[in-house]
Amino acid sequence: MAKKKNVKVMDDLKKKLKKKIIDISKPREKRIYIRVTPERAAEVVEYLFKKYKCKFCTATGIDMREGIEIIYHLAREDKNMVINVKTLVPYSNLEIESIGKKIPAFRWIEREINEMLGVDFKGHPDMRRLLLADSFPKGKFPLRKDFKNSDVTDEDYDYERSGI
Amino acid sequence: MKQTIIPLGPYHPLLEEPEHFKLYVEGERVVDLDVEIGYNHRGIEKLSEVKTWDQVPYLVERICGICSTSHPMAYCLAVEDLIGCEIPERAQLIRVVVCELERIHSHLLWVGLAGHFIGYNTVWMWAWKYRETILEICEKLTGNRNHYAMFKPGGVRRDFNKEQVDYGLERIVEMEKPIRLLTDAILDDPVIHKRLKGIGVLTKKDAVSYSALGPTSRGSGVPWDVRHDEPLDGFKDLKWKVIVQEDGDVFSKGVVRLLECFESISMIKQALVKLPEGGVIDADIREIPMGEGCGRYEAPRGEVFHYVRSDGSNMPYRHKVRAPTFNNLPTFKASCKGETIADVALITASIDPCYCCTERVAVVDKNNNEKILREKDLLKLSVDKTHNIMKRLGKTPPLYNMEI
Repeated sequence: MAKKKNVKVMDDLKKKLKKKIIDISKPREKRIYIRVTPERAAEVVEYLFKKYKCKFCTATGIDMREGIEIIYHLAREDKNMVINVKTLVPYSNLEIESIGKKIPAFRWIEREINEMLGVDFKGHPDMRRLLLADSFPKGKFPLRKDFKNSDVTDEDYDYERSGI
Repeated sequence: MKQTIIPLGPYHPLLEEPEHFKLYVEGERVVDLDVEIGYNHRGIEKLSEVKTWDQVPYLVERICGICSTSHPMAYCLAVEDLIGCEIPERAQLIRVVVCELERIHSHLLWVGLAGHFIGYNTVWMWAWKYRETILEICEKLTGNRNHYAMFKPGGVRRDFNKEQVDYGLERIVEMEKPIRLLTDAILDDPVIHKRLKGIGVLTKKDAVSYSALGPTSRGSGVPWDVRHDEPLDGFKDLKWKVIVQEDGDVFSKGVVRLLECFESISMIKQALVKLPEGGVIDADIREIPMGEGCGRYEAPRGEVFHYVRSDGSNMPYRHKVRAPTFNNLPTFKASCKGETIADVALITASIDPCYCCTERVAVVDKNNNEKILREKDLLKLSVDKTHNIMKRLGKTPPLYNMEI
């Protein structure tokens, strides 16, 4: 019974999002992965969040060498599914539309991805640092694959900025 | 009107964990609030990328001392989702027992602290006394009071023997009566009703737009519970219900937590009775293929979300951890506005925040007079308010020793 329902969810999404997405797959019973271009990402995620009353779980930023992949995890609780919207933001243009300007749930995670991986979220209302210290050097992104601990020495810290 | 900023922190006056709240106040009313976290950022996601798949459960277990089963559980579920393997029934039920025990002790911890904060030290002592029994059961069943190290991808690491199951069953049945007594005493008290009702209301709409989780969302009438929405095989045959309250205030969140304790007790009983004789407790996992998986599990504070990606090596390529407090903290922007300073510390504690999972209160006057409130000051403000309510209701407030 549940299986049949989930096939429907998949078909429904395929039909509704046909022109906006690159591909859609369902590797497991309760997981759907949708691939979109960075330009379309905000639009698709907002649509899913509002239309299907999805819960926003979180977003993951992954350093994929050619760019930063951002995955928005949305849970559709009425159908017991997690819908993952993936998009690859290339290193040449690390910019993506902010969803946080409209939906507050996305604000903190966008701040986190911004400081940890260096993706710029256009239109974010409050782009301060969330987890890193204010004195942490600018232009260093700890969650990138090429970041090493030795990249940041004590001299790099700008204590004036943090007021210490 | 001039605005004052009052700092509350760097330690939360109630839960004694590092966070910093900046309250923008006009007189006694809070008009805006700013949360600063990050004092406790330990880089676990980065560290996880240099640990093997089997080492990560021990690492994520140390994210939080209270939800020390929820993180490994969500991680194991993510890895199992990646592989697509089946978990033996016995392992599923053992997982349910350990996870629900954790929920009871975590909720009782919060009830105790909330009681202490509104000047009900009896509630505090009571709740923690009963929590002790739960911790004893944990110790007997898993070997530890916290940090159980029970989970691994594919199953559990240790089995329960007959003696342990009998002990667990006996003690948990014993616990139902005292916790019922505590719950009734709290829910029948007119002072607690007056003190907590209508305070820090998070509307249903805000709960959805902030994606609030756990008792914070269920207290606001949003019935999100991962155990129900995405049930594990172990949960499927158990009889229990999702506790939902509609009001969204501090009282509702407390009621959700108290009533959930009984659901958990019932689930533990059912699971221990159903526990099949013997049998395997883990699936045979030889290697982790390339791929990705999401694992989510309902921790006492809400949904814990883990995402793992594998490139086929023996370590995760990326491991994302999202603790429930990360989603619940921003809701203060909605629930603290218009409240008084005496209530804010209580509201900010009502989500049962866990900063070691996610990560202080400054009250700033609009004409930029910064005033730092210490733990004692806030506690006094809060306790005084309870005592005033008691006086209005014709009761004599107890002598309260601020030194405790």
